[in-house]
Amino acid sequence: MIVCCKQVLDPEAPPATFKVDPATNKVVPPQGVPPVISPFDEQAVEAALRIKDAKGGKITIISLGTGLLRDVVKKPLSMGADDLVLLEDPAFADGDGWSTAYALAMAIKKVGKFDLIFCGRQAADWDGGQVGSAIAEILGLPAVTVARKVEVLDGKARVERVAADGYDVIEVGLPALITVSNELGAARYPTIKGIMGAKRKEPIVWKPADLGVDPAQVGAAGRRTKLAKLFQPVREAKCELVAADTPEEAAVKLALKLREVKAL
Amino acid sequence: MPKGVLVFAEVSDGKLSGIAAELLGCGRGLAAELGGDLTAVLVGSNVAGLAQSVIAAGADRVFVADDPLLADYATDSYVSVIEKVVKQAGPSVVLLGQTSIGRDLAPRLAFRLGTAATMDCVALAIDPATKRLMPTKPVYGGNARAVFACETEPQVATVRAKVMSPITPDPARHGEIVSVAASLEPAAVRTKLVQKVKEELKGVKLEEATVVVSGGRGIGGPEGFKELEELAKVLRGAVGASRPACDSAWIADTQQVGLTGKVVTPDLYIAVAISGSSQHMAGCSGAKVIVAVNKDPEANIFKEARYGIVGDWKKVLPAFTAKLKELLAQ
Repeated sequence: MIVCCKQVLDPEAPPATFKVDPATNKVVPPQGVPPVISPFDEQAVEAALRIKDAKGGKITIISLGTGLLRDVVKKPLSMGADDLVLLEDPAFADGDGWSTAYALAMAIKKVGKFDLIFCGRQAADWDGGQVGSAIAEILGLPAVTVARKVEVLDGKARVERVAADGYDVIEVGLPALITVSNELGAARYPTIKGIMGAKRKEPIVWKPADLGVDPAQVGAAGRRTKLAKLFQPVREAKCELVAADTPEEAAVKLALKLREVKAL
Repeated sequence: MPKGVLVFAEVSDGKLSGIAAELLGCGRGLAAELGGDLTAVLVGSNVAGLAQSVIAAGADRVFVADDPLLADYATDSYVSVIEKVVKQAGPSVVLLGQTSIGRDLAPRLAFRLGTAATMDCVALAIDPATKRLMPTKPVYGGNARAVFACETEPQVATVRAKVMSPITPDPARHGEIVSVAASLEPAAVRTKLVQKVKEELKGVKLEEATVVVSGGRGIGGPEGFKELEELAKVLRGAVGASRPACDSAWIADTQQVGLTGKVVTPDLYIAVAISGSSQHMAGCSGAKVIVAVNKDPEANIFKEARYGIVGDWKKVLPAFTAKLKELLAQ
């Protein structure tokens, strides 16, 4: 099994710490808030680990980016994954869904044999939700996106796919690609043994030449969509707080207020 | 040269979906700016009868792929049929809804066509100089917005529900209906739908409710949601939740409001013990009036709400529900 994991700015950081530099169209990383593995990707690792628990198998993690902090990208190893491959090179950086997926797909080919590829449903930074589908398209694989449960039975994957009013149960032959949603449940915590093991494990680092790809096809150079502008929407701070001596009195005042402004 | 706009007219429960009408409404304006026509594609089984309603909602031409093999959505079958229609119609812009089907279909279709998609857009503009589509989408969980330009053809985008306005349907509008042979090989569809499971709560549907009462992490357990249900019942509304509450299984996942849950646009949104993360606000910021109850005066929700009480919801809610019951009985 292969799981693609992205290092992102912590999406749980307080919204007030979020800043955009309009001159560069880039996000200014907040001070003192370390990056994390994108939460859906952690849950993709969890999905793979549950299959490993039930059926065995080996899990290879692939992370793409620049400035990858070893403590961050090794977290899937400390959760129980086996190997870590880093596509770490400036040429890989700042791609769109397509050019990022292209590099990942070429790395997956180089890793070799696999039954399942897992990705998060979307990354917590650009919220694109395309890389999984693009990897599947490049590798000619079927994909099931936005999964809440994945099991392997008789050489097939049985996937529960989140729908607006419940879920669909879908069967797909292997190999296949699956993207994972938060409904799968929380990712497990690393164990002490896992953390010690991960410390000793050195990631494999691949450059564009290792994948045999033209740097013009990956990262910023390979983009099909260009970022024209990045900005923060202006919020109108205009909340009217209803106060009273007791919470119960405040509640009554709020109810009257809502009727007065015809919000009911 | 690619021309005009093509809309995926998604069908839900045997009817043209709301998002399809919204896309057709917005597609009309874009097609006029681009100097092309508005085409739609209708895919499914027994859907041919809906073609006239697609024209009434604004399409100049509807391609209809009606085949029993298309009854249920499968990525492979839908991508193959729509790819064929796109090649025949030659649009410059392809629009889909950011629905469970659209978010699966759009990227795969785009990559099959050798182009790329911009997902979950909340605004679509045409650059007057280049005549290229400039879609705006929320990024970083709603903390920022990005405007993209797609450099390949066709330019594919999915659009969030309820941000575009449909036109008033005109049953007398004329348009062309083109039938498309699906010509699917069953073996080419590599996924098999085994079962559809409905999990939605009884009562008013979240997406259609005029009042939504939502609870967050601070509710603390499933019992608290019973109190929210009580309030929702008084207001004839629906109960929603933020992601942490769903992840803790205090309420069904189908009730999640937010970036990865549902987008709601009620007249009144009551956020109880919700901090108001950008991810959550992405699902409810279209509400006319947001009311917040939270014990933390610094909570982000007070930057988004119109009215609020800083206090413990356990003390506020019973009195609030009782007073509203009294007011609404008058």
